[in-house]
Amino acid sequence: MPFVYFIFIPMLAAILIPFLYKKVRSIHTGWFVLVVPVVLFGLYTTFVPKLQNGDTYTSSFDWIPSLDISFISYIDGLSLLFSLLITGIGALVVLYSIFYLDKTREQLHNFYVYLLLFMTAMLGVVQSDHLISLYFFWELTSISSFLLIGYWYKRDRSRFGALKSMMITVFGGLMMLGGFILLSIMGDTYSIRELIAQAPELANHKWFIWSLILVLLGAFTKSAQFPFYIWLPDAMEAPTPVSAYLHSATMVKAGLYLVARFTPLYASSEWWIWLVTGTGLLTLFWGSFFALKQTDLKGILAFSTVSQLGLIMSLLGAGAISFHTGVEDNSIFKYAAFAAIFHLVNHATFKGSLFMIAGIVDHETGTRDIRKLGGLMSIMPVTFTIALIGSFSMAGLPPFNGFLSKEMFLSGMLSIQNFDLFAFATWGILFPIIGWIASVFTFVYSLYFVFRTFTGKYKPDLLPKKAHEAPIGMLIPPAILGTLVIAIFFVPNLIGDYLVKPAVMAMQPFLYTSPSEIDIHISAWHGFFEPELLMTLGIIGLGLLLYWTLPKWQPLYTKFPDWLSLNRLYDSLMYFSEVGTNRLSRIYMTGYMRSYLVYMFTGIVILTISTVFIKDAFDVSFAMLAPIRFYELIIVLVLLAGTITILLANSRLTAIIALGAVGYSIALFFVIFNAPDLALTQLVIETVSVALFLLVFYHLPKLNRHENRLKFRLGNALVAFGVGATVTIVALSAHSQKLVPSISSYYEETVYSKAGGGNIVNVILVDYRGFDTLFEIAVLAIASIGIIGMIKLRLTKKKEVNRIEDK
Amino acid sequence: MEIVMSFVVGFLVMAAVYLMLSKSLLRIIIGTGLLSHGAHLLFLTMGGLGGTAPPVVSPGVTDYADPLPQALILTAIVISFGVTAFFLVLAYRSYQELDTDNMNLMRGTEDHD
Repeated sequence: MPFVYFIFIPMLAAILIPFLYKKVRSIHTGWFVLVVPVVLFGLYTTFVPKLQNGDTYTSSFDWIPSLDISFISYIDGLSLLFSLLITGIGALVVLYSIFYLDKTREQLHNFYVYLLLFMTAMLGVVQSDHLISLYFFWELTSISSFLLIGYWYKRDRSRFGALKSMMITVFGGLMMLGGFILLSIMGDTYSIRELIAQAPELANHKWFIWSLILVLLGAFTKSAQFPFYIWLPDAMEAPTPVSAYLHSATMVKAGLYLVARFTPLYASSEWWIWLVTGTGLLTLFWGSFFALKQTDLKGILAFSTVSQLGLIMSLLGAGAISFHTGVEDNSIFKYAAFAAIFHLVNHATFKGSLFMIAGIVDHETGTRDIRKLGGLMSIMPVTFTIALIGSFSMAGLPPFNGFLSKEMFLSGMLSIQNFDLFAFATWGILFPIIGWIASVFTFVYSLYFVFRTFTGKYKPDLLPKKAHEAPIGMLIPPAILGTLVIAIFFVPNLIGDYLVKPAVMAMQPFLYTSPSEIDIHISAWHGFFEPELLMTLGIIGLGLLLYWTLPKWQPLYTKFPDWLSLNRLYDSLMYFSEVGTNRLSRIYMTGYMRSYLVYMFTGIVILTISTVFIKDAFDVSFAMLAPIRFYELIIVLVLLAGTITILLANSRLTAIIALGAVGYSIALFFVIFNAPDLALTQLVIETVSVALFLLVFYHLPKLNRHENRLKFRLGNALVAFGVGATVTIVALSAHSQKLVPSISSYYEETVYSKAGGGNIVNVILVDYRGFDTLFEIAVLAIASIGIIGMIKLRLTKKKEVNRIEDK
Repeated sequence: MEIVMSFVVGFLVMAAVYLMLSKSLLRIIIGTGLLSHGAHLLFLTMGGLGGTAPPVVSPGVTDYADPLPQALILTAIVISFGVTAFFLVLAYRSYQELDTDNMNLMRGTEDHD
């Protein structure tokens, strides 16, 4: 089977889940689901040795061939690494969820369907080589994540968090689509590989910078970078397995994946380097600083995820610098990409385990509030051990894998000031300083997370449940991840050689042609008096000091004004877009028909008049005019007098008679201008109309002006004058500029010879253009049926009776 | 004559628009009546007011009035009559049901305010 179909295995399995859930109630549905990621993980593992010499694999099937859209699964080091993370951590999360979610109380079929859908979407994102299918899967991750966050849909906070994450990530997704479309137009291809191949030409294109910014917006919103990180803390309302899977290990890394994937395309641009590095570093600092403000265990982890994602992002930016320095220059930049990917793996391991720990604590004590927790060390020793491993790794302590990647991060940031392009030499000194301060905060919140929960005084009276150790099944997944954390520290080069180097090669094809050329060897020990060692010692020293004095300065966070937070900004944006547009439509949607008529008439006048004058179309020609005869002028005067009478009339009878007079004078015009049929019809119809008016007006009230003020009438008069003038101008111009002669000579010539009639108008009506007449008859029929219906059908009869009784 | 008629049509349309902008339902309907008169006259004028004889074949005549606009106007007259009749009954019924002919009071129900 071509491996492009592997992507869709979870989606197909999702179809079976509801049936299994309904039919096999005795077994937890999660056990069936578990098979899918485990099998996929096994399948993807077989690719690992194949990629060692730099080969890549593609497999595709057409989706819309006529538009050149297809699903392409492209497996290189980068997508394989992500696929392994997705399926591997997916398997652990499913195992964990089996023990976390109760099979009798929870709607498991929903949960696993969403989760499997998400797995397909994520696999699709990381393996797609086609821009459109990448976007397709990208939005599928947004949607399935929306469903998962809102899993407990009866809770307000869940729905709020789901909506918020949806709004922000879909915003970014749409921006990204824009960037993709620009890219596909610029390069005339949808394939990312082909685009990368023509990167040098694309860099000179005028849209290059726009596509760069739009793609980055997509990556930043998905990866919760500043200022778009705000959805992530609110997404913590999701069940903990979801938080562990989506919001630490996989989905939030889709943005990182995107940045890594497009690095070869955009690395030549200083915008890319500045934006990615700068935003990453800012996010790193911001997230680590505000993590200490949180009192919710998952809140701390959410901010720590934000901060760690920022760290990886800044390393990816530094990795793009190597495009300018080249491989001969033995600077650290070529290691930065390696460090980024390495830390990405490390973060997935320790953050996944920490989320599971938070879930266990929540599950066994009933609360995640760090103020109520404490002293759980002796009650939950296994959980404590795993939490300690995860936290120390997050803090960057040996002997855990976080230490290795943090050392590489510090080296990367230290050397950024040596880069003398794009003003980095001047501003570069800021990078290690910010990175170092953020690392101190990271250290402090890691201690805060683990020691506030597990040491100190046990407060059983504050806990909703009696705390006890978690079931073994719940402990296995975090334990596996914890083991990995330690294992990677001791044999870092194993994972480095097999997974990270092929991924680095995909990210920096301009440096290497084969993974074996990457001469990076991870070492835990840099040697005495290296700046990294001093910085690490500084982090530990200052971090411990800050942690001990935490009770003294943590209250300062509450002093931080609430209105400055970005959440407030988001809330007010949402509020104002809703209330603002509501107000706006209330301003012009008055409900008065007159307002709408005024809009329409004014629009007609402005559009027509401006068109006439812009196109210089106004013209009065005195050629081809019929002569003015005396009696014609008299009829004109009668007509004008009748119209004015209608305007001034106070009694309805006067108005109707005057309207009749206007109608009859028009009939006279028809007589004068040689239109006997028209004159006949007009006379008859005018008579019937006047009769109808009289008949109906007998039942209607007096011709009331409803006490219109003068201002109101003047406004109306102005609009009316405008429309009248427009019609006159158009009529004059149209008559003066006839471009083609009338086609009526044909009718005149053939009316007798071909149609066998003498009255040309009548022959036109029933012969040449008989269809008009047919449907005009239909109009009359419908009007009369409508009138009968209106008079006969009284659906509100009952109400009417009540009304009469009221009177 | 076409120039004079253009102004006449403009005046008719102006009066029609003025009436249609008022608050009274009756004046609005009268306004639509005037508007259709204006449109018919405009048709006729734009077709050209020349021609010495009505468009009925008769020996010796070469210069007929243009028959095509006349046919179009005839259709338009009948349709506008149908619509006017419908409007009139609609106005009558709405006055019966709503007890008002003031357009400003016809603003949907309280639920949708």
